[in-house]
Amino acid sequence: MMNEQNLEVDKKNAFASSQTRKKKKHAKIVIVGSPNVGKSVLFNTLTGAYVTVSNYPGTTVELSNGKGRLNSISLNIIDTPGMYRLLPITEEERVARNVLINESPDVVIHVVDAKNLNRMLPMTLQLKNAGLPVFLVINMMDEADRLSIKIDPAQIEHILQIPVVTTALARNRGIKELKKRLSEFLQTETQFSDNHRGVEIPYPPLIKKAIQTISSLLKSRYALSANMLAYLFLLGDKEVRKMIEEKEPDSVFQQIKETREKVKAAYHVGLDLEIAKSERALTDQILKKAVKSSAEKATTPTGFLDRLFLSPYTGFPIIILVLYLFYLFVGVLGAQTIVDFLEISVFGQYVNPLVNKLLVSWVPWQPIRDLFGGEYGIITLGIRYAIAIILPIVGTFFLAFSFIEDSGYLPRLALLVDRFFKKIGLNGRAVLPIVLGFGCDTMATVVTRTLETKRERIISTLLLTLAIPCSAQLGVLLAMASTNPKVLWVWIGIVLMIFFLVGFLSSKLMPGVRPSFYIELPPLRFPRPTNILVKTYTRMEWYFKEVLPFFVLASVLLWLGQLTGLFELIVNGMKPLMSWMGLPGDTAVAFIFGFFRRDYGAAGLYDLRGILTGNQLLISITVMTLFVPCIAQFAVTIKERGIKTALGMFFFVMLFAFGSGIVLHKFFAFTGIVL
Amino acid sequence: MVSEAAQEVLEDLWTTIVENKKTFLDASNYAPEVIAELKEHGLIALKGKQVKMTGKGEKESAMAIRRHRLAERLLADVFNTVDQVLDDHACRLEHALFDGLDEAICTLLGHPHFCPHGKPIPEGKCCEKKLETIRPIIVPLSEMRPNEQGQIAYVHMSQRDLLDKMLAMGILPGNDITLIQRSPSFVFKSGHSQFAVDEEIASEIFIRIRRH
Repeated sequence: MMNEQNLEVDKKNAFASSQTRKKKKHAKIVIVGSPNVGKSVLFNTLTGAYVTVSNYPGTTVELSNGKGRLNSISLNIIDTPGMYRLLPITEEERVARNVLINESPDVVIHVVDAKNLNRMLPMTLQLKNAGLPVFLVINMMDEADRLSIKIDPAQIEHILQIPVVTTALARNRGIKELKKRLSEFLQTETQFSDNHRGVEIPYPPLIKKAIQTISSLLKSRYALSANMLAYLFLLGDKEVRKMIEEKEPDSVFQQIKETREKVKAAYHVGLDLEIAKSERALTDQILKKAVKSSAEKATTPTGFLDRLFLSPYTGFPIIILVLYLFYLFVGVLGAQTIVDFLEISVFGQYVNPLVNKLLVSWVPWQPIRDLFGGEYGIITLGIRYAIAIILPIVGTFFLAFSFIEDSGYLPRLALLVDRFFKKIGLNGRAVLPIVLGFGCDTMATVVTRTLETKRERIISTLLLTLAIPCSAQLGVLLAMASTNPKVLWVWIGIVLMIFFLVGFLSSKLMPGVRPSFYIELPPLRFPRPTNILVKTYTRMEWYFKEVLPFFVLASVLLWLGQLTGLFELIVNGMKPLMSWMGLPGDTAVAFIFGFFRRDYGAAGLYDLRGILTGNQLLISITVMTLFVPCIAQFAVTIKERGIKTALGMFFFVMLFAFGSGIVLHKFFAFTGIVL
Repeated sequence: MVSEAAQEVLEDLWTTIVENKKTFLDASNYAPEVIAELKEHGLIALKGKQVKMTGKGEKESAMAIRRHRLAERLLADVFNTVDQVLDDHACRLEHALFDGLDEAICTLLGHPHFCPHGKPIPEGKCCEKKLETIRPIIVPLSEMRPNEQGQIAYVHMSQRDLLDKMLAMGILPGNDITLIQRSPSFVFKSGHSQFAVDEEIASEIFIRIRRH
């Protein structure tokens, strides 16, 4: 049994120096919390449009950084990746934790889900214990209301000695109060300004004593409280261990290590479990005082819609329906209607003729004219390509994807496909980069970093490079394949087969632990339009910043190739390869284009479709699908996986693509099948 | 049947020779009459002060350690006994687990493979036959039926970091859970949240089933 005394305010537990928070002009705010609690909604609420997304130094994890204003204080706000507790497991959690350690924030806003306070408050306790200036936002009050959960924020505020506000950010509720309390917290000396006051977590005596012993041994200065360092050290945090080893003398470090070994030996099942239990116990005690919920609604009933999504009988048909709607939106509306308008009407009739006319009248040299205009010019090809073809396709894709992402459907999709993905060495979580790959392989390759093991990251990158056509390419290839339904189905069949075969083989060949699958299913909700727009906007911005330079580069390279005759040399050199696959020599041009962008290549093939037979059509679109996606995706693969892996994949995929073409041709010649 | 003191020696023999891979146990730490008793029953072989097990002795010591660890499991899972007194009580309880009582408890607990401290429990006859005449009190999540309710009794993850991940998501002993579906992944509800895990993880989360 626990002692009621634990809930008393404990002032003895003082550490570190307290900063006065009076009359601040600038304030640094870090937003933390588990995934799906509304961190980014709060971030968007507090910041304006001035948001930058950047990599955290030395890692590939992205952080959103934004500026905002609150009365007379200018705010610098950092949104961190989802984090369940202070002891990090994934790289993303490590980044989130290190932001807390290194940025010395003026306020740490902890956003929690009102329905799941029992799971979320332990991290609030940890943050508080770490001596950080915590500001608790209990979000999703609307959902808690619906479940008749009554929360008394004043009670929690009193017990924890931190400011607590309740909000329903997605419904725009509680924002005014939040801003008012936040500015008070920043500007005036309040009872909360002293970070040292608060409750004590009722750890078992042995653990409590070990934390005390270790923290009293720590003599150097750290950004975190000695208590928190001791706590993280006990839990086996490698970075904290390193930090202590560097800063403390050897003898002290030895003593600290021994203290840990001793407690560890006392708890066979795990120190972490014991510590988690203590934090949960205190949380339960706080909630007993601050939360009233009617017993009959102790759990959320699983909704009708949710049951349909989850059940295998209805879930799989729904996946097909969702993919079809997705296709209608991206493949038909984006890739056909809008592209046609921009490409044929805007560029075909106005921009390109105008550019060419201007070039003819102002630029006397043909080569320079060709650099900007003509067939492969930066404007007439590169920019036209980026704006008329890529923008609508990628824009509609990201819009649809952000909608699906915010609705909570993706984790449900993941659990349905987990069993299939296990067969190819991945787990259900990999569905995210794979689906994203149908939009843009480059972005999907970036997203593979969210997978947990190196093995999964390599397998998924390989599959993306080889067998997932991006939206731009898919549009053209589908248009070509649909002229011959037999070709269409055989093509889909072959690519699916290769996807699973290569996945299966690489999972057998690559050493590593079997991936395990676990995921929290956020409630299904109707996404908030502004949030989707902001997300789509930031993704598009990223896309143009990262990918557009490669279009221009590709244009310049093609121009150089033409100018020097190198281009023709390569085309002629590749002609024998084309004939091995039974394709006309001209298709070589499409494949060279394909090297710069897989979809350029597809578009090149599209022009040739009149002269190709059914068999040739199948062979050429299959090879084009398997081909390396584009120069941008290759660059990102180098960045994410390293040059050795990237080059290895590049040559494997090229060999595999052309090899498949040759095998298909021989197969048709041998069996006499005509499509 | 040998005396209680002799059973303790058998347990030590098991942990020393089978688990810690030492070649023998030092007889000087035990009362001579207990050693003599074991020798008389043909359970050990003596070479000076070095005690080794006979084939029969190895079987007996497996059963002795099994009784001890089953007792611990029973105390920890069903009676929520705290860690500090667990060993003490288990030492007394184990000597009552004879005449099929050990198998009944083993079945009741769902044929557990590990004691609360994570050490393996040798299998008994009941485990081999998987005699499921009664439904165990504790079953892995992977054996729950849809809509069945229960409480997490313990989590035994074969991969260390998986336990951390479960703890991080708030999946802790003591949580009430309801299984929603078993296929294609295991979906369960705990509090107001839903989770999905694969079969491997589901077979490592152990649930005390609630009966109505």
